[in-house]
Amino acid sequence: MTKITTRYGDGSPLEMTESELVEDLEAGSEDAAERGNIPALTKEEIGYLVDLFKCSYRIVGVDPGNEVVLTYDGAPIKMIRANINSDRLQALQMYEKLMGADTLEMGHVDYSYKPIKPIVSFEEPLMEQALLSTTAPLIYGAMPNLGLYSQPDGPFPNPAELMPEGKIAEAQEAYELAVEASIRDIVYVASSMMDSGADGIMLDTVGAAGDADVLAGLKATEILKGKYPDICVEMGMAGEFVLGMHGGMEYDGVRLAGLYCHDMVKLAEKAGVTLFGPVVNTNTTETAPWNLARSIVFTKACSDIAKIPIHANMGMGVGAVTVHDHPPLDITSRASKAMVELCNLDGL
Amino acid sequence: MRTAGDLVARMQMSRKMRIPEAKAYVADKLGVAINQLNDPIIMTEVREDLGLGTLHAGARSAKGIEAKHNISKLLDININCVERFKKNIS
Repeated sequence: MTKITTRYGDGSPLEMTESELVEDLEAGSEDAAERGNIPALTKEEIGYLVDLFKCSYRIVGVDPGNEVVLTYDGAPIKMIRANINSDRLQALQMYEKLMGADTLEMGHVDYSYKPIKPIVSFEEPLMEQALLSTTAPLIYGAMPNLGLYSQPDGPFPNPAELMPEGKIAEAQEAYELAVEASIRDIVYVASSMMDSGADGIMLDTVGAAGDADVLAGLKATEILKGKYPDICVEMGMAGEFVLGMHGGMEYDGVRLAGLYCHDMVKLAEKAGVTLFGPVVNTNTTETAPWNLARSIVFTKACSDIAKIPIHANMGMGVGAVTVHDHPPLDITSRASKAMVELCNLDGL
Repeated sequence: MRTAGDLVARMQMSRKMRIPEAKAYVADKLGVAINQLNDPIIMTEVREDLGLGTLHAGARSAKGIEAKHNISKLLDININCVERFKKNIS
């Protein structure tokens, strides 16, 4: 019997029979359907994925007509991380001129709104120079990152210390104070970038510190939308569901804790978000087919109901892409193709 | 930027268009078929003719903020930095 070569979520290779492949696709699909209370993959969709994994080509691509646009997170930071000694302006030119990027994203190496606030006057002229010399839409990005507002790094008591002491109300109050401070920082920095001509603002990894983090992102979007009616806000989730670190936080009467991307997108639309980025975590001990089926079920449920463009997060550790610094192209290209074509995505 | 991805992205960003609508809008404005939007040979010629910027922008061709002036007019959208540029030179 022909063996199908694929990988685990950590990237290590494995061989499967066709029946094992189908079993994993169905199991991954059922896992997401059960957790999200959403439809599992149809027989036709399972058949599409079987053909995709049986295909022996190392790299695959979408069928003609299914091309999507790409947005990025922290683009120039990737150059720095790869030890390429370029200023951020040159990094953006490389993305545009050498890689043919559809969009550009400028971010500071300390990629959170709080640390950028005191140095924003150094970010503004760089943004303005970049806008003069590039053509693709240029977004400014950073994270709300509410972890930075807790002592010893920030001004408020640390909920992670208060909760084990049974001080639940005090921990919740600390989160509530952090939300207000974070909104001020996001709006301050984003306003500076919009006044300097940016094409949009990226709120990246929203929810990294749980439901309070999400609330800060949604409320900041609301304020920015009121201040700049034409603003483009791209919001990317931090994980596949919102962690209930506070537990009681609500937006527009909806409890944030535990929301998956198909519920989050509705709130993002209400807040005024323009592009939404769902996340589905990759499980390192499950196979790529299991992870991909699971990612598609969650992401399709989000894309099917969205009124705004959906740019799914695809990269190391999310969207069924393996958890490794050098993601293998066989899995990255299969995951990208299937996510775009089965979820009707607008971008990655 | 090799083809029309930046233009389609601009319609997603400025009008919240989902991709079929965004592609159709851009193709109509460029006067090409939707299936030509991803062809680098055709799109290089179209972009050069309309001054929309290309990867290998030669001397005297529209690039950077110049190309964005043309994109703003062609797609009938406000581009923040173009508006800022106009304000600063007026």
